[in-house]
Amino acid sequence: MITFRPKPEDFMPVTLAQHEAEALTRPPISYWQDVWMRFRKNRLATIGLTVLAIMAVMAVIGPIISPWDYRTQDYGHFNEFISSRHWFGTDYLGRDIFTRLWYGTRISIFIGVMAALIDLAIGVVYGGIAGYFGGVLDDIMMRIVDVLYAIPYLLVVILLLVVMEPGLWTIILAMSITGWVGMARLVRGQILQLREMEYVLAAKSMGTPPKRIIARHLVPNTMGVVLVNLTMTIPGAIFGEAFLSFIGLGVPMPLASLGTIANEGYQVLKIHPHCMVIPAIAISLLILSFNFVGDGLRDALDPRLRQ
Amino acid sequence: MTDKVILEVKNLKKYFRVGRKRILKAVDGVSFSVKQGEVLGLVGESGCGKTTVGRTVARIYEPTAGRIIFDGTDITDLPEKDLVSFRRRLQMIFQDPYASLDPRMTVGEIIAEPLDVHHLASGAERLERIQYLLNVVGLNPEHANRFPHEFSGGQRQRIGIARALAVDPDFIIADEPISSLDVSIQAQVVNLLTSLQEQRGLSFMFIAHDLSMVRHISHRVAVMYLGKIVEIAPSRQVYRHPLHPYTRALMSANPIPDPDVESTRQRIILPGEVPSPINLPPGCRFAPRCSEAKEICRAAIPALCEAESGHYVACFLYGDAVESSGDAVAGDGLAV
Amino acid sequence: MAVAEASLNEPASDVLLSIQDLKVSFHTYAGTVHAVRGVSFDLKRHGALAVVGESGCGKTVTVQAVMRLTPMPPGRIDGGKVLFNGRDILALSEKEMQSIRGKEIGMVFQDPMTGLNPTMTVGRQITEGLIKHQGLSAREAWKRAIELLRMVEIPNPDIRAKQYPHQFSGGMRQRAMMAIALACQPELLIADEPTTSLDVTIQAQILDLLKDLRQKLGMSLILITHNLGVVARLAEDIVVMYAGKVVEKGKASDIFYRSRHPYTRDLLRSVPRLDAPERQTLASIPGTPPDLFVPPPGCAFAPRCRYTMKICTEAEPEMTEARPGHFAACWLWHPDNPNPPVRDFKEGGGDQ
Repeated sequence: MITFRPKPEDFMPVTLAQHEAEALTRPPISYWQDVWMRFRKNRLATIGLTVLAIMAVMAVIGPIISPWDYRTQDYGHFNEFISSRHWFGTDYLGRDIFTRLWYGTRISIFIGVMAALIDLAIGVVYGGIAGYFGGVLDDIMMRIVDVLYAIPYLLVVILLLVVMEPGLWTIILAMSITGWVGMARLVRGQILQLREMEYVLAAKSMGTPPKRIIARHLVPNTMGVVLVNLTMTIPGAIFGEAFLSFIGLGVPMPLASLGTIANEGYQVLKIHPHCMVIPAIAISLLILSFNFVGDGLRDALDPRLRQ
Repeated sequence: MTDKVILEVKNLKKYFRVGRKRILKAVDGVSFSVKQGEVLGLVGESGCGKTTVGRTVARIYEPTAGRIIFDGTDITDLPEKDLVSFRRRLQMIFQDPYASLDPRMTVGEIIAEPLDVHHLASGAERLERIQYLLNVVGLNPEHANRFPHEFSGGQRQRIGIARALAVDPDFIIADEPISSLDVSIQAQVVNLLTSLQEQRGLSFMFIAHDLSMVRHISHRVAVMYLGKIVEIAPSRQVYRHPLHPYTRALMSANPIPDPDVESTRQRIILPGEVPSPINLPPGCRFAPRCSEAKEICRAAIPALCEAESGHYVACFLYGDAVESSGDAVAGDGLAV
Repeated sequence: MAVAEASLNEPASDVLLSIQDLKVSFHTYAGTVHAVRGVSFDLKRHGALAVVGESGCGKTVTVQAVMRLTPMPPGRIDGGKVLFNGRDILALSEKEMQSIRGKEIGMVFQDPMTGLNPTMTVGRQITEGLIKHQGLSAREAWKRAIELLRMVEIPNPDIRAKQYPHQFSGGMRQRAMMAIALACQPELLIADEPTTSLDVTIQAQILDLLKDLRQKLGMSLILITHNLGVVARLAEDIVVMYAGKVVEKGKASDIFYRSRHPYTRDLLRSVPRLDAPERQTLASIPGTPPDLFVPPPGCAFAPRCRYTMKICTEAEPEMTEARPGHFAACWLWHPDNPNPPVRDFKEGGGDQ
């Protein structure tokens, strides 16, 4: 049975330091480092993030590296196919599609991010207040949200665009005027849950003022879901803008967004399909990547999937 | 232990509204006191209201009725801004070491939170205090920069204890501090609490469902059943001579880690389960499960009376005092 | 009579379940956790064995492997054998396994809600197994289901059978789960922390019921628990696990009164007893169990042990037999150790 023969001196008693029994063997990692490690494990999310990064960089430098301006017409080169003169060809007015595509991406991402940020700001504050103070205030605030939610979104947007001067900010405003409702509900739900967590009770029992509880405990702990929601609202807003542009309510000429470019390409779809296909691919890639990143983040933040 | 009473709770009630009309009487007229340097154990099964008592005494929940007197000051109705000193002198330790530490804060930030809230230390002094506290609870000072999720349950609970000790409190309410810990770790935490209590002369309210652990750490034990205290006595008395049929059943249900003792032990197995605190039975709340229930038990609520010196029990087997109706004392602090 | 009849059909061996050098690991993004690192023990036919240990010691993972319920991925069985009636369970196909699960081995879980289907009446859940494994008709199965609910002492079983799990209280759910596990009269019942989520008075009811049923049905029992009081009430044999290994095994009396492993001994002393004096210091074990991402080279308990020797941190101890059937994995009892701490480990002795 016994195969290994130890020597008598092996049986000398040793004293181990107390702290050795308490030692942590794993290297220290913070919450966000942990999230990042798990995010990186997700293949699709990493791909999504890479595509997003490339598109963001191109949105900034694309129009700069191209010899063409987004609004300048190259007379004599209308509806041209991909060539060395125009990398992605030209549209029906002879404008360089490569330049316009990245310029449009810039506008689309800008609209998406701005709309989402406005949603975030209003939603977090509104939902936070309703959730933290609760009671009658919560009831009133949530009924208002319900009413807003019941108004058809498209109706509001179209009305607003008709009343106001068309422009970038009008579109952003139109999209966030009802968009924050979802975020507010989400944040309220989170806060309601967190409010009963023992660490919040602990903070209360030691006399932490509400302001500090909100800032130090509640807000940081809702950031995870808020972030996931944000990565899901941005593509929603981009798609919304593209849709509005497509039906002619988008950014006015000569500004270009991915939606307007696709719309223009649609006019000549049967003869020059590349004018429509290229911006359509860009929109799809953008939205798909955001969704992959959002999914990856959600999984990485899920406490049930920890360790 | 001194004779000075540090905490006195009189006829405390805490009701919660559930749904539209129904009311959950989580705590329904509880009176007790804790002397300076004393450990009072509060035991009972889930839903008996022991956690609610702790949280209401700490003014996390607003009491529905009754008085809470801390060191001579009635704190029941004090607004939050006048509770500053109370909030410093009374600290809590929570049940779930996974939920009671904010996952986004480092251990150092967690321990220093009460210091920051009460503006008691900053800079080098604050850091020194954090390291001192980590040392007191047997953790390495380098752990201050780690996050809670890197620690085991027992280590986290000790971080919670360090947080409670940060502001040198006089009174600690420990709400099931060991029930989610492993056996060998429970002993660590209980020994730590006991030695801290003795060294610093702390007063303690120790809430738990495990009678053997409560009896072990407490000077006196109060047994709760469905929102009421049914028996309160020195620990030794509770074990040697339990009076209330519920205490006796609880005692006998508790398995003893000794096969020979277990095989010969007489056990009282209680029939049925605890009724819902929303639909309370009339009369004594334990009567439906009690093998010794008499007619009066189903009609009237027994008052908590002194059956032997220092040994209080609320049971008609030991006297026929009926509890005065709660409404008579709800408005004022006269009732004892 | 029943015994004589049974022995005719049974193979000669009186071992029902034999776990041999079982190894299970979990692969996560942060690395590999070696949850079970070579566990061996036998369960006697008609025996009651308790696997005792703290959370993370691998006791649940071990029985999950017996039921072939290890979540894969991230889990992986790295080696070993699980012989049930002489057949290696780990080598069976999933289909063959399904005929063993529920029919020959029943299981009761810690959280009754995970073992019950919330969208099906309790009665239906019991009849499911009866119809599948025993070929009963729906009507017969329903009758039997009500009998089973009566057997686990659920009042008004005919009404209860038509209710859903959420209409049951915690203790009642645990009884219902036992009725499901026992429906096909399995030879072996595995109960994983069956009373941990229950109150003491309800726990006492369930333990009594388990004891009664075991005698009535003559089945074998594996009880997974961390509660030494529960073990004292039910178990005949005990396996003590620590950090994915068996550190000591033997008869209940060997473990409780003549334990040889410092971990077992300290564990027993760290539990307060209702019949001991008040406010006496409990023997506590310093430190925390090791992280099984990086299993320690020697004895896993060495950093927390009061008898640590040089060899303990260098080589893993092997099982040594203290008396027939009582084994401990500790260097203290190695035949070459010149000074075994015989006095400290005398029955009832120690350093108090």
